[in-house]
Amino acid sequence: MPDTRVILILLFLPLLSFLINGLFGRKLPGSLGGLLATATLFVSFLLSLSAAYSYFFGSVGITGAYETLIPFQVTWLQFSESFSINMGILADPISMMMIVVVTFISLMVHVFSLGYMKGEERFATYYSFLSLFTFSMLGLVLSSNIFQTYIFWELVGVSSFLLIGYYYQKPSAVAASKKAFIVTRFADLGFLIGILILSYYGKSFDFVTLTERLVPAASTYSQAAAAAGFLGISALTWALVLIFVGGAGKSAMFPLHIWLPDAMEGPTPVSALIHAATMVVAGVYLVARLFPIFSLACPGALDVVAWTGIISALFAALIACTQTDIKRVLAYSTMSQIGYMMFALGVSGYGAEEGLGYMAAMFHLFTHAMFKALLFLGAGVIIHYVHSNDLKDMGGLRKALPITGATFLIACLAIAGIPPFSGFFSKEEILLSAYNSNYTIYIIALITAGLTAFYMFRLYFSIFWNKPQVSANEHKHEGTLSMLIPLLILAVFAAFSGFIPFSSFVTSDGIPFETHLHLEFSILPVLLSVSGIAIAWRYYKKPSTVPASVSQKTGSLYRTINKKFYIDEIYLFVTKKLVFQLIARPAAWFDKTIVDGMMNTAAAAAQVFSLSISGLQSGKLQHYAYYFIGGAIGLAILFIYSIA
Amino acid sequence: MNLSLLLLVPLLTSILILFVKTDSVKKLALGGAVAQLILSLGLLFSYWKESAMAEAGKFLFEYKAAWFPAFQINYHVGVDGISVAMILLTAFVVMAGILMSWKVERMQKEFFFLLTFLGAGAYGFFISLDLFLMFFFLEVAVIPKFLLIGIWGSGKKIYSANKLVLMLMAGSALVLIGLFGVYYHANSNTGGFDLTQIASNGIPIDIQMYFFPFLFVGFGIFTALFPFHTWVPDGHSSAPTAASMFLAGISMKLGGYGCLRVATYLMPEAAAHYSWIIVLLATIAVIYGAFATLMQTDLKYMNAYSSVSHCGFVLLGIGMLTPTAVTGAVLQMVSHGLMTALFFAAIGMLYERTHTREVAQLGGLLKVMPFISTVFVIAGLCSLGLPGLSGFVAEMTVFVGAWERVELFYRIATILACMSIVVTAVYILRATGKAIMGPITESKYNLLGDASWNERLAGVLLIAGILAMGLLPFWLKDLVGPGAIEIVQKLKA
Amino acid sequence: MSPVGLNHILFLSSALFFIGVYGFLTRRNLVTLLMSIELILNSVNINFVAFNKYLYPENLDGLFFSIFIIAIAAAEAAVAIAIIINLYRSHQSIDVEDADSLRY
Repeated sequence: MPDTRVILILLFLPLLSFLINGLFGRKLPGSLGGLLATATLFVSFLLSLSAAYSYFFGSVGITGAYETLIPFQVTWLQFSESFSINMGILADPISMMMIVVVTFISLMVHVFSLGYMKGEERFATYYSFLSLFTFSMLGLVLSSNIFQTYIFWELVGVSSFLLIGYYYQKPSAVAASKKAFIVTRFADLGFLIGILILSYYGKSFDFVTLTERLVPAASTYSQAAAAAGFLGISALTWALVLIFVGGAGKSAMFPLHIWLPDAMEGPTPVSALIHAATMVVAGVYLVARLFPIFSLACPGALDVVAWTGIISALFAALIACTQTDIKRVLAYSTMSQIGYMMFALGVSGYGAEEGLGYMAAMFHLFTHAMFKALLFLGAGVIIHYVHSNDLKDMGGLRKALPITGATFLIACLAIAGIPPFSGFFSKEEILLSAYNSNYTIYIIALITAGLTAFYMFRLYFSIFWNKPQVSANEHKHEGTLSMLIPLLILAVFAAFSGFIPFSSFVTSDGIPFETHLHLEFSILPVLLSVSGIAIAWRYYKKPSTVPASVSQKTGSLYRTINKKFYIDEIYLFVTKKLVFQLIARPAAWFDKTIVDGMMNTAAAAAQVFSLSISGLQSGKLQHYAYYFIGGAIGLAILFIYSIA
Repeated sequence: MNLSLLLLVPLLTSILILFVKTDSVKKLALGGAVAQLILSLGLLFSYWKESAMAEAGKFLFEYKAAWFPAFQINYHVGVDGISVAMILLTAFVVMAGILMSWKVERMQKEFFFLLTFLGAGAYGFFISLDLFLMFFFLEVAVIPKFLLIGIWGSGKKIYSANKLVLMLMAGSALVLIGLFGVYYHANSNTGGFDLTQIASNGIPIDIQMYFFPFLFVGFGIFTALFPFHTWVPDGHSSAPTAASMFLAGISMKLGGYGCLRVATYLMPEAAAHYSWIIVLLATIAVIYGAFATLMQTDLKYMNAYSSVSHCGFVLLGIGMLTPTAVTGAVLQMVSHGLMTALFFAAIGMLYERTHTREVAQLGGLLKVMPFISTVFVIAGLCSLGLPGLSGFVAEMTVFVGAWERVELFYRIATILACMSIVVTAVYILRATGKAIMGPITESKYNLLGDASWNERLAGVLLIAGILAMGLLPFWLKDLVGPGAIEIVQKLKA
Repeated sequence: MSPVGLNHILFLSSALFFIGVYGFLTRRNLVTLLMSIELILNSVNINFVAFNKYLYPENLDGLFFSIFIIAIAAAEAAVAIAIIINLYRSHQSIDVEDADSLRY
């Protein structure tokens, strides 16, 4: 069992660094702030390694399963007797795996940024935001309470907002940061309502309690949840689907993915950390966290997850083939790979061999973090070198950037699923679990795998080959040591992390099992990937007119894909035209004219009335005397006759 | 602890202000504000100490003296957790408001006199346990606003001052009718105007049904009850910075507190009967206020409309009548008070430097005024309910509490209210993205300076309050909770 | 010829009162208005004295009131004439129709 203090320290160290850099960063000389943040994170990384080690190699063996432990929990906000937001630590295989991934990738990015962001005016601010993000992400993965997850969920959202908008004077960066925040906020609305529904039936916010109460079909809690419903769908399904909407927003699943490509406006290391390796997989993590409830109590919701995942995977892969901005290609590839993880969860069952998809999703999450971070950091070096994001401005860079070229190739092979690189292993298991469960999904996944290999190598060849070689330039060099070392370290992991026997650590029910390579099964996907690479090699290794003519011939189809299926335009139409023009403007008008008009009318009526009787005050003494005497006589008559 | 001190300190300060030299007025006012802050913190600690021993949800530090015996009007004061929270809020906002008025040159003496006097009215309101005394202080807190806006305001200040005071006076008139209704009934039970007496005697249901709407709508006008909220945008936008802060931070809370302490506490059955109307109006205010905010181009109007939306949560929490929701309503009052005061302070600082509040004309101010911009962003993030800041705690408490009402109508109202957090994010980020981020729109902005010491102090003070509530919500929840349970329990009994 | 009784005197006083009222309502000159007021006051005085004399001869309250009224009438006349003089200075007129600036 991991030491509670170790976990608490590794969690709060980044917060400390955030406070130091955020409050005093401007006064720190040079890059001291960045070094400080990197150092604290290095300690965090070591501590999370030790925590994970003591978890994985300490507790198993007694019962044969990895237990879910809550070594620490305090009540943060007690709503009522049964409802409270508890701040705690939940240790189970996936949370222990995630803290290692988060701190490791974050450490790589911290180190990389020392060189990449050198000389930036707001250097310390950048590191404070990075630290805030790391803290929030660690808090998210360690949450023991679904409301705690929501809290850190929002905090990673805001750190992402701050980092995308880091170049705050660039209007496109500002727009992207707003878009990212608002789209994920919209999704979080679903998450919030989902939490409310789920907790209403589970009578708790704690993950462990919720699972205990809602999973057994015979329990009073789950029977109440199954009996209640709205629009013919049971309350539990509503709750899980709404929570999944939150996850889909964060993980950029179709149709809530529109913020992710724009989020590439942030500094490239940020894209590597937040928008490739860690934050965007939060949705996958959330589904995995609630997986027992999804899988055992409500398979219907799991189908939604599966189909959303596979659609996003294919959709993003198609778009990635047509993009020319290096970071956008990577962004769509991220979306596609997360789609892989999602549908792997969606097709998975619960229990040892049944839960292959669950294990494969987590495995892919792990390997993807490694090779995608590597790809983004490599892209950072390239952008640093050519000062452009556009593929047009690149080409023939393999001599100028030898280390980057080699590591980039490794990452591309990994993502394409070529053995023995890491992606091969995780992808094979995902495909196998899809094959065992749903044939349609399996076919789409295969197509996506081929497309992935094609667009990744299209990217690789366009950057490093295609044009005549650019020779090493005296004035420009590949980058500082702090930028290249993370590349090399990540390349090692991208290449070899597939050999980790993942299923003996992370499984749906905590009981380790053995996985075997199925060679005859692997032939087809690998062949597809190789042919994708071959096509890319044929048309992008040297300048060729074929891609242009293909895109010409396919005309409107190509344009639709290139314009990302006009999803952005649809959103713009809905927000600008429908929400703003049809709801907000009438509301403002109604307020100004009708509601305020009512008040002003009341005031005007009072004024008209007072004006109409103000003539009585004529200033003529004798008029007053008339009124007075008339009144006196009137009263006199009244009294006399009423007495009579 | 003697509660009358809370009343005496601001009153004495305001009177002294009239008799000292003009150049020491500011220092005197600030000294008074510091004393109030210390007093209210002292009150918090002694309340903690006392309430640990006392019965939960009871009034402490009671003091009663005859004031107008013929009508059974007494000077009766006492506090429970809810009042302590409101008093703390008042002390924070008063101090920040006075710090933000450091540059007022015109008729300084009168300005600080009115500010301090207004504060006295608010303290008096929150400590009163006698309905007439409460009404008296409610009026004390209204009149200075007329002068503050009419004399030191900007834009169409006369119109706004008239509108604000007339609408609030109409609210007080309704309250007065309600109070008389309660009084004449209670008088036959020898309750007089005494809140605790009336509460323990109870009011017959038919009387409740007649007079609850008067009291609730009357106090509701103060807290921007739809459709009587239109004084909010005009009043806030014309008021000087400190008056805006007081208005949003304190005055609007008088209404929420009154709705809770007078209307709902004394007439629980009527509150339950009219619950759906309150929830309906509150939900409209939340959603409609948020959408109306989207269309505002002036920062102060934006914040004023967002106040309508946020105060809707207060009424929503009260209308839901579950202990958690009522607690959430009080938390939202505190949170909104701190957050809006901070927001208005930030807007005031921007306006003082750039001389415009139009979002379209501002741009890229983060570069030239990092401190003010950070304050603006923090206030905005608090407004859109970022965890770790106070808004989140309050809104979530309201939502969780509202969800305890299982009928479909209340469920839909809650979901609609939840939706406002998305709209809030849109308008806050639009304003922030344009005014704070982005390129600098006018070259003259490059020459502008950042906040001065007093402005920094005001900002830090309010942010400290927001963080104290946002990061460690349990102490405030524990402070407010028993009072809220006490109010709702009367319904069940 | 019957002796002078209360009725005669009341008749006299009401005649005097209505003459005063008539004068107050119809005349333009402020001094004349003042004189009309004096008539009204004196009609009241007569009433007081007459009621005292005929109905409550043992009391003196009516006489006291008359004396009060005479004193007040004197003071009132002094103030009124002062006002009239000031009005004449500012308006060059003592016509009541011209003194209408105190209106809405």
